[in-house]
Amino acid sequence: MIPRVVPALLVQDGALVKTTRFADPRYVGDPINAVRIFNDKEADELVLLDIAATRSGRDPDEAMINEVASEAFMPVAYGGGVRDVQTATRLIQLGVEKVIVNSAAVDAPDRVEEIARHLGSSTLVVSIDAKRRDDGAFEVVTRGGTHETGLDVRGHARRVVGLGAGEILLTAVDRDGTRQGYDIDLVRSVSTLVDVPVIACGGAGSLADLEAVVRIGGAAAAAAGSLFVFHGRHLAVLITYPSYEERERLFRRDD
Amino acid sequence: MIAIVDHGMGNLGSVENMLRRIGADGRRTADPDEIKRADRLVLAGIGAFDGAAARLREIGLMDVLNELVLERRVPVLGVCLGMQLMARTSEEGSHAGLGWLDAEVRRFVFRDGPTLRLPHMGWESIQPVRPSPLFDADDQDLRFYFSHGYHLVCHDPTDVAAVSTYGYEFAAAVHRGNIVGTQFHPEKSHHFGMDVYRRFLRLPGSA
Repeated sequence: MIPRVVPALLVQDGALVKTTRFADPRYVGDPINAVRIFNDKEADELVLLDIAATRSGRDPDEAMINEVASEAFMPVAYGGGVRDVQTATRLIQLGVEKVIVNSAAVDAPDRVEEIARHLGSSTLVVSIDAKRRDDGAFEVVTRGGTHETGLDVRGHARRVVGLGAGEILLTAVDRDGTRQGYDIDLVRSVSTLVDVPVIACGGAGSLADLEAVVRIGGAAAAAAGSLFVFHGRHLAVLITYPSYEERERLFRRDD
Repeated sequence: MIAIVDHGMGNLGSVENMLRRIGADGRRTADPDEIKRADRLVLAGIGAFDGAAARLREIGLMDVLNELVLERRVPVLGVCLGMQLMARTSEEGSHAGLGWLDAEVRRFVFRDGPTLRLPHMGWESIQPVRPSPLFDADDQDLRFYFSHGYHLVCHDPTDVAAVSTYGYEFAAAVHRGNIVGTQFHPEKSHHFGMDVYRRFLRLPGSA
């Protein structure tokens, strides 16, 4: 199995945006158009995150999600405002394969457990946003990176797997949008601890970064935003995605 | 009309979207009368085996499905949990399955070799092992999206249409008469999956 390469699309008020270190959202375009392009390029899977839903206390935008699902003939994992099993079930019925919870895994672990029990672990992705502290340890932050929880990332990762998470989407907040490469230490510290797939996110600036986070970091999938929506030194908006042959060359080397 | 059997546990919107894309008339329904009028059935779903099996009994669909598939020989496609429901039993639960296939569902256990991450999640190549309606003899490099922690074990090896490997070989697709099933998600496998649905539409019907 070749590791998955996953475009991570951020939406805010119906627009596709890209953040830097979880701040300064820059308008990139129309989410549905982006989904169509990634579908034409036969992307492995999509992550779709509504970055404003939880912070503004909104429910998921079902009309937008329905439109995305009807254009995507690849699995879609949706996150943003998913707080209970009823919401999760509705989203799955709309046609997304997986729901992503983040803040709820900290604030209401019993509801997360309920989602796993009803919908199965394969359907539940727990997203962990991690910030490196001065002492080198990683702390879990929620609500779009604005709320410090005091929780250690490794302990939290172990706990959410116990709740039934089928995958962990692990994002290094400090690398988001920087194109400086993934935080491989962070990814490795979690991938060696849990036996579910870890999707690494935050910092990818080249295909070599994807390879490194898989090979050294132990990620089962590499997610990226900027890498697939910006192009060149001046960061013009251009949607790209490596072909299957490129992905195969990248990950099968020396296997 | 193709009835997408709605047992309340599944990514049925995905199946509906795929059927629409290839120009077929798929309808999500739990209504026994509507299901009886269908030319074809899709039994999809994700989630836990017991939940789906219990739900099929609760809404009175077990007998309807048995009549359509076993007696009237209506073509049926089972996807992921939908295929697993065609087995007799599952390690994931205590409820009986539909029992259309002499098979059981087992959790992945890696006795020899390294313990792999579960669920098995991602794109995997498959190999057809005998002629079946789902694949062409000259198909090469078939790749599909898998998302599962349990897999089907067929006691009649002639039911297995294609295999894949995750730690060890397992049944990726099955075929027995009017019954076909895939462990992977063809509705989420780009053009590879479209081909599978198109071929399912060509499976000879009962009429």
